[in-house]
Amino acid sequence: MMTSFLPLVAAVLFAIGAIGVLIRRNAIVILMCIELMLNAVNLTFAAYSYELRSMTGHIFIFFVMTVAAAEAAVGLGIVIAVFRKRHSADVDDVNLMRW
Amino acid sequence: MSLEALVTNLIAFVAIFSALMVVFHRNPMVSVVFLIVNLLCVALFFLFLDAQFLFAIQIIVYAGAIMVLFIFVVMLLNIRQIEEARPTWRVQRMLAYVGGPLLVAALWSALWRRSSSSGAFSGSFSNGFGSAEDMGRLLFGDYIFQFEAASVLLVVAMIGAVLLARRKES
Repeated sequence: MMTSFLPLVAAVLFAIGAIGVLIRRNAIVILMCIELMLNAVNLTFAAYSYELRSMTGHIFIFFVMTVAAAEAAVGLGIVIAVFRKRHSADVDDVNLMRW
Repeated sequence: MSLEALVTNLIAFVAIFSALMVVFHRNPMVSVVFLIVNLLCVALFFLFLDAQFLFAIQIIVYAGAIMVLFIFVVMLLNIRQIEEARPTWRVQRMLAYVGGPLLVAALWSALWRRSSSSGAFSGSFSNGFGSAEDMGRLLFGDYIFQFEAASVLLVVAMIGAVLLARRKES
């Protein structure tokens, strides 16, 4: 398979995720955008792993998935805890520690 | 254009379109569904790149477990659409739209040199490249310490999630 265009696809996906983190204020959507960025990185790892005929990239993807699962569990736990207190999942409503 | 190129271009298009829908759709529930589509597209790319084990893990863990968690929370909280009432800080929004394309350009220029020499590295595939067997051999051989560290991370995350989401009894 031709892998040369995959890094470009991954870069575009990563940038879309980064834009989402900046312009959205719903905490759940922001967490989803972070998942999007992690997936773009995974795609790059897989493409170069294929090109270099080395499975080290696959190991990296495995651990990125582990961290993503942990991050989603803790992040959504925080969202639920904040929602209980403030009845909002808007990140602009949680600004006590901002400055 | 060969059939394979056609299929991979189609998958790439669907992946980027679904990513855009995740970011720009107002309803979080629709965002979750499009994120699942995006994850499945990446899983298909894994299949094309001879990463069968990761293809299975991507669908089971990501599109299965993690996305069910997201859907569960979106449905549990039932967030009303109040975002349009207060737009985001305008400078931040402009920064996003200017910085996004710049980020693509920077990443692409960094990766381009490597990609343009595609095929220069002519190593051969080992027999079980990407299989669960080779993956397990690596994980329980060279990377056993990292594997154990990941298990500790998952336990800590599980305890943390339970403690955070617990209702305070008082």
